[in-house]
Amino acid sequence: MSMTSEGGHGAVPTGPEVPVEPKPATARRDWPLYEVFVRGKRGINHVHVGSLHAPDDEMAVHAARDLYTRRNEGVSIWVVRSADITASSPDEKDPMFAPSGDKVYRHPTFYEIPENVPHM
Amino acid sequence: MAHEETVYEALDHAHSDEGHWAFGTGFDEPLAGVDTTVPEGVDPADLGEYCLMLGDDALVLAQRLTQWITNAPELEEEVAIGNIALDLLGQARLLLARAGSVGVLGRSRERATESIPDEDALAYFRDPDEFRCTALVEAENGDFAHTMLRLLAAATVRLAVLARLRESRDPVLAAIAAKGVNELTYHRDHAARWVLRLGDGTDESHRRAQAGTEAVWPLLADVFSATPTEQRLAAGGIAVDPAEVRGEVHAVLTEVLERATLTVPEWPADASPRGRLGEHGPELAELLDVLQGLAREHPAATW
Repeated sequence: MSMTSEGGHGAVPTGPEVPVEPKPATARRDWPLYEVFVRGKRGINHVHVGSLHAPDDEMAVHAARDLYTRRNEGVSIWVVRSADITASSPDEKDPMFAPSGDKVYRHPTFYEIPENVPHM
Repeated sequence: MAHEETVYEALDHAHSDEGHWAFGTGFDEPLAGVDTTVPEGVDPADLGEYCLMLGDDALVLAQRLTQWITNAPELEEEVAIGNIALDLLGQARLLLARAGSVGVLGRSRERATESIPDEDALAYFRDPDEFRCTALVEAENGDFAHTMLRLLAAATVRLAVLARLRESRDPVLAAIAAKGVNELTYHRDHAARWVLRLGDGTDESHRRAQAGTEAVWPLLADVFSATPTEQRLAAGGIAVDPAEVRGEVHAVLTEVLERATLTVPEWPADASPRGRLGEHGPELAELLDVLQGLAREHPAATW
């Protein structure tokens, strides 16, 4: 059976009788990569837990349920296509982040936070 | 600055810092607090046999699904199929344990050593003619499309039965059904999502999905036929008469197939429930060979 296929090897094969332009090495890339974020039962925010490949957005959420909540980890799942995430570059680390390190006037250090306020 | 708790730390802390979230925390015992006495007016032999019917369906389908482990189309799908099989195995375990607890063990208890629990004895030491599963779950997997069509059919039937079984007069069956309904809803949805994508996909996937449909359809011939045991138990409010779920199963399968642009085959004529009465083809013997081989060769082995 032809190994080059539109839908990804195995799941949606194209077979010998359907002529397809051979695509070198891109066949398995047809399932885009998604980043997965899970919020735990006691959490207030979603946390990045890993990534997965899926054919589309709906299958990605369900795959995340199977891969990243097997052990009762969470109650809410977000998936985002990795291609849709814009990230800072490691090369730019110094110009991006170093300047904020020595500016004490940006921190509210003159307030007292009461003991029973946990999230500040 | 406060350190933001990861989901794994939250798991730990939720269960009094037992540590090592990876070993599992906060397990719910599904039958905790459930009364296990046999309800009044019910023959334990009938109840046990019904548990074997539902339990064997789950056990055999789980074994079929695990045949995809190491060769599923994608890693994510492999874990999904594995999870579905594990859910079914959990249901099988509870049901076979219930059969054992009411004394229905057949020849298995003599063959298994004392140290083996009832549900393991039933799983590993019964012969094919003692199994009470239907042809729908025994049939071979075929290709991925065929597997998803069979899973869709089997999960739809099982979900319909278990949804009604939640009202059973037997508290144990009702509890098992309540737990199973959540799992089966997910299994049915997983299969349906794939059937939609394969049917309404490429020419090749559509062809294979249609072929899978034609292959699975005849297996629905006996799933709505009740045995005398099921009829007696249904009259007593314990079991679900499978004839009751025909309408729902037809409606669900028709809807999914039509949306997947597949042709719904003629519904097969009703057949006698041979599998439920212990008559099986060679596929079951082959499957049980693999399932039972190790246990039978080393009956007292432990991990």
